[in-house]
Amino acid sequence: MCVCPGPRRIAIPVRSSRLPLLSDAMPAPTHLFPLIRNCEISRICSTVCYCHHKHLCCFSSHFAHGHFRYAPQKRFAALYRPKENFNHFIHARDYASTPQRFYLTPPQVNSILKANEYSFKVPEFDGKNVSSVLGFDSNQLPANAPIEDRRSAATCLQTRGMLLGVFDGHAGCACAQAVSERLFYYIAVSLLPHETLLEIENAVESGRALLPILQWHKHPNDYFSKEASKLYFNSLRTYWQELIDLNSGETTDVKEALINAFKRLDNDISLEAQVGDPNSFLNYLVLRVAFSGATACVAHVDGVDLHVANTGDSRAMLGVQEEDGSWSAVNLSYDHNAQNEREVERVKTEHPKSEEKSLVKQDRLLGLLMPFRAFGDVKFKWSIELQKRVVESGPDQLNDNEYTKFIPPNYHTPPYLTAEPEVIHHKLRPQDKFLVLATDGLWETMHRQDVARIVGEYLTGVHHQQPIAVGGYKVTLGQMHGLLTERRARISSVFEDQNAATHLIRHAVGNNEFGTVDHERLSKMLSLPEELARMYRDDITIIVVQFNSHVIGACQNEEL
Amino acid sequence: MAAGTTRFCAGIVSTARHVSIELKMADYSNKLYQQLEQETGVQTGYMKTGSISLAQTQDRLISLKRIASSLNVMGIPCEIITPKQVAQLHPLINIHDLVGAMYVPEDALVSSANVSLALATAASRNGVQIHERTSVSHVLIQKGRVTGVETDRGKIQCQYFVNCAGQWAYELGHSGDEPVSIPLHACEHFYLLTHPLKEPLASSVPTIVDLDGRIYIRNWQGGILSGGFEKNPKPLFTEGRNQLEIQNLQEDWDHFEPLLSALLRRMPDLEALQIMQLVNCPESFTPDMRCIMGESPTVRGYFVLAGMNSAGISYGGGAGKYLAEWMVNGYPSENVWPLDLKRFGTLQSSRTFLRHRVMEVMPLMCDLKVPRWDFQTGRQLRTSPLYDRLDAQGARWMEKHGFERVKYFVPPGKDLLDLDQSKTFYKPDWFDIVGSEVKCCKEAVCVIDMSSFTKFEISSTGDQALESLQYLFSNDLDVPVGHVVHTGMLNEKGGYENDCSIARLSKRSFFMISPTDQQVHCWAWLKNRLPNDSNLTMEDVTWKYTALNLIGPRAVDVLSELSYAPITPEHFPSLFCKEMSVGYANGIRVMSITHTGEPGFMLYIPIEYALHVYNEVMNMGQKYGIRNAGYYALRSLRIEKFFAFWGQDLDAFTTPMECGREFQVKLDKGMQFVGQEALLEQKQNGVYKRFTMFILEDHDTDMDLWPWWGEPIFRNGRYVGKTTSSAYSYTLERHVCLGFVHHFDEKTGEELVVTTDFINQGEYEIDIAGQRFQAKAKLYPFSSLFTHRRRKDEVELSGYQRE
Repeated sequence: MCVCPGPRRIAIPVRSSRLPLLSDAMPAPTHLFPLIRNCEISRICSTVCYCHHKHLCCFSSHFAHGHFRYAPQKRFAALYRPKENFNHFIHARDYASTPQRFYLTPPQVNSILKANEYSFKVPEFDGKNVSSVLGFDSNQLPANAPIEDRRSAATCLQTRGMLLGVFDGHAGCACAQAVSERLFYYIAVSLLPHETLLEIENAVESGRALLPILQWHKHPNDYFSKEASKLYFNSLRTYWQELIDLNSGETTDVKEALINAFKRLDNDISLEAQVGDPNSFLNYLVLRVAFSGATACVAHVDGVDLHVANTGDSRAMLGVQEEDGSWSAVNLSYDHNAQNEREVERVKTEHPKSEEKSLVKQDRLLGLLMPFRAFGDVKFKWSIELQKRVVESGPDQLNDNEYTKFIPPNYHTPPYLTAEPEVIHHKLRPQDKFLVLATDGLWETMHRQDVARIVGEYLTGVHHQQPIAVGGYKVTLGQMHGLLTERRARISSVFEDQNAATHLIRHAVGNNEFGTVDHERLSKMLSLPEELARMYRDDITIIVVQFNSHVIGACQNEEL
Repeated sequence: MAAGTTRFCAGIVSTARHVSIELKMADYSNKLYQQLEQETGVQTGYMKTGSISLAQTQDRLISLKRIASSLNVMGIPCEIITPKQVAQLHPLINIHDLVGAMYVPEDALVSSANVSLALATAASRNGVQIHERTSVSHVLIQKGRVTGVETDRGKIQCQYFVNCAGQWAYELGHSGDEPVSIPLHACEHFYLLTHPLKEPLASSVPTIVDLDGRIYIRNWQGGILSGGFEKNPKPLFTEGRNQLEIQNLQEDWDHFEPLLSALLRRMPDLEALQIMQLVNCPESFTPDMRCIMGESPTVRGYFVLAGMNSAGISYGGGAGKYLAEWMVNGYPSENVWPLDLKRFGTLQSSRTFLRHRVMEVMPLMCDLKVPRWDFQTGRQLRTSPLYDRLDAQGARWMEKHGFERVKYFVPPGKDLLDLDQSKTFYKPDWFDIVGSEVKCCKEAVCVIDMSSFTKFEISSTGDQALESLQYLFSNDLDVPVGHVVHTGMLNEKGGYENDCSIARLSKRSFFMISPTDQQVHCWAWLKNRLPNDSNLTMEDVTWKYTALNLIGPRAVDVLSELSYAPITPEHFPSLFCKEMSVGYANGIRVMSITHTGEPGFMLYIPIEYALHVYNEVMNMGQKYGIRNAGYYALRSLRIEKFFAFWGQDLDAFTTPMECGREFQVKLDKGMQFVGQEALLEQKQNGVYKRFTMFILEDHDTDMDLWPWWGEPIFRNGRYVGKTTSSAYSYTLERHVCLGFVHHFDEKTGEELVVTTDFINQGEYEIDIAGQRFQAKAKLYPFSSLFTHRRRKDEVELSGYQRE
């Protein structure tokens, strides 16, 4: 899926004296060892890693020298697809005489994996949970420092339903942070009936206490920016004022509400950056939000109605338990990237035929951006003039940043990018047991079928792991023993986790070729130094929503 | 018939059992099955293969050696063999991790369904009618007697009803007019069947029992059958289920995985062997790992035989025999108290309790059985009001009949071993703790909470109570008010059904104290024999009183300071009972008995005063060096004083004459009493066994295996009986074993009269796990020795007080 050594979202050309040398020296992975001695590998490898880390987080330092090379790493990229080459790397490091090599103990591994885990159980009334959602588990594992993924979960208080979303930022975390704070308010407001909007507006007008709109379910590490709250609130208020004026009198359609909310927020982000703010800190903030980007995958669950709105390449997947107890996966979103032919087609129809060749290069939008839809990323939305004007009038920090100044090549007919989501509606059935929302960090390493199985087996408990039956097959004691030992290893990893998302991350990072968690591998992956981690994995953010089959079954019967 | 779990039974007949009565049942079954085919013409598949029990650890080997000692004295061939010999006996076995094994060559394999068929055939020939496919819906009971059963094919009248419905016995027990509680619960049990080996296993290959691996392996049609008792059993049918579901239970390979690993470790060559089936056949388990038989305490004629703890085929024959004797004669020919339904009450009938307990019991089938093991589940059910106070002072608890009793108190700052590590056949970790409690009982004063003892009050408007009790008890109860009498409650053969102390509270009311586990049995015994007279009432007051035992020479000082009443021996001689005030509390029943032979008092306190009296006693006792003590100290004291205890030393087959308690029998009390004739006869003709005390001579307490009970006793090298209890005497600084000595004719094996001379003129040895220790036999306690030491102790005591 990725074309760069690190599975990055934006391939920004890099000037580095060592890179050409390296790609020359290593024509193909098979020649790696014969050509370079062990110790050199370790040196070169670490150099490579260092470079890439640099250009991931600090675009400026390289751009300062102003030497652009477009797509220089084609061969290099072929060499280092993280999934395939992990073993080569570790292998190479094995030979290197690095004495400071260390392993994490299982408790250390657990403390890393569990640092960001969060669980929410829908409270019961009278010993009954009448919601179609039992609760959710979420977690994230950073690869970037700081992490660029965000997650949000909230219950709509003025309407029914629960909102859950994962946001994958690129070119910094500012945009993902802003979207994670603001999007649910936009959605909730879009869903509100006219009277409630009026009531809220009147309350604000007369300085009365506001009806709470959302109840957030946040991990202590999930923060909201205090400084921008006033600004964000004003934008939101403008939005609902417009909704009041527009009063169509019709009941709100969830699908429409989601699309409107997405588009409106992206628009607000763009506008705020163009208008600027007298407060220099805020001014810089809104610009960083607009110039960075974020994908969003948001689920709205209300009774048996599940809507998933997706923008970008995060993914929503439904875990379904078949009648025989096995698990299967149903996609509830389409990735917006070069692998999606419809998306490529869409982009192409939106621009003149002359641009057809330059629109998608190396599986990236304009050869640069992996997701084909995203919030922020005004570099792909604004006209060149607008970009230049804003950057020039902006604060010095912005002016010094090479990335913001850099205009994408073949940039003729903006906008090239949109935040409009694709919305999929699904009526929940009793066999739909859970929903997984996750950023592409998970999907790069695991197939959705495996995700469905691992989460399914985790949630139903070990006893519901599909039983083995010998039936009429010829099985020897030895074969059976091998099979059982392996199953037990799988089970024992379940017991370590109290959180389905943590459990999934453990598998995503630590799975060996047999599909079982290999502690040594897990330990190696988690002990990678910051600057190396991004080489092997992306930020991973996961929300696992568990459904209440009883309630869903009851709802279904009522409808029948 | 035999369609339940019997059909799935693994069919191993094994006599390697820990409990003596179980061993006898298995032995009888084995001999019965052996001749069954010849007698009935039904093929039973009986095959004498022998069995080998493996030991992976030294402790396991000790455990096996103990069984071997028991088997040998019963005349069942058995030997302890080396791993090399194991390899010679079995072609597939891996012996690298073994330290030894026990070989029982006469153990056998049968087809359990066919054995049932053969037994049924034989029974039919003798006129028994068998109704198959008939379900009993209801047991009819009138006036406390079984009168018939209602089935789906009509009513059947009967005098006796035997509930042997296996794991459904609990439910069936509750389907009568009056519920009969049969505490058992089913667990899933798995075993594996394989296709034949390339070189089919010979049908004579011995059965392997690998207890440390938790598995058994027998040959099965050239392949193997292997099952086991896992650590994490799966109880089922807790809520009761339709019987039909038993056919559709699922195989659970993941659950079987540890057992499969153990199997492949034991026989690595089996790797390539093909699986035929994993059979899931539920087995029922009881709260104490022993089967349940006997008559219901509440319904006469309602008999039970169930809860075989997955050894049904081994026990079946013997259990059937004892039950038949019981129904025909009124009592079985052996002491079956360990298996008697009446050892349980309704308190063991909670499904939650049973579910939790069987989850502990099933793994215990394979666990090492060490002395003084306590169940960990289903605890804290019945407790004294002082439980929390005692627990906070370091009490460690054991359980009897659901009642929590203190074993000993761990002093602050002292740590004992973990539960699992504390399992030992040698000197236990609490040795010094109990030693200091005993010392305190001997030299100062200790308080032991004995609330668990069963307490009945029997009273009447006229003389009915006295008359009835005079008939039911062997001692003379027509004593002045305020006297306490130790007496047996005997059966027609003069054997002890109960051993109790009875205080005459007034002319017409009596207070009776019996061992804890007598609550159900004694009640049923008395209920069935007391005249049905509304003027005579019997009440179970166990729960109404907290009992504190003040033991020690200074008990008298503590009590007199608390009551301002003269308690000197002149005013309060031994075996007296007075109601008096202790602290602020009035109406405390004080008795000058201690159940140990030491000086002191029992305080029977209405429960609401319990905490107050305990606090007062502890406060006042401080200056006399009072401390808490537990049952282990009590046991050491009573055993060194040669006090027999019912349920341990005394049973329904032991008479007062046989245990030196003639003085508790008043043959000439002027009226008939139960067992009188048998005792008179014994008095004339002599006894055939004699309760004897043994002091181990060359036993090293620190290094040697400790005696427990059930150790064979040898006189001049010949087996004469078994021990019934043992304890370390901190006073004698020796181990004391109590047991019965028989006199078997050297040639015929016939039992002869045991005389005092016979006892005194012998050289004795006690066999502890195959090792014999010299022992000195005594028929009377060391009264002189104790008085001598007492004088010496007084010197020490002054030192003690200065501490």
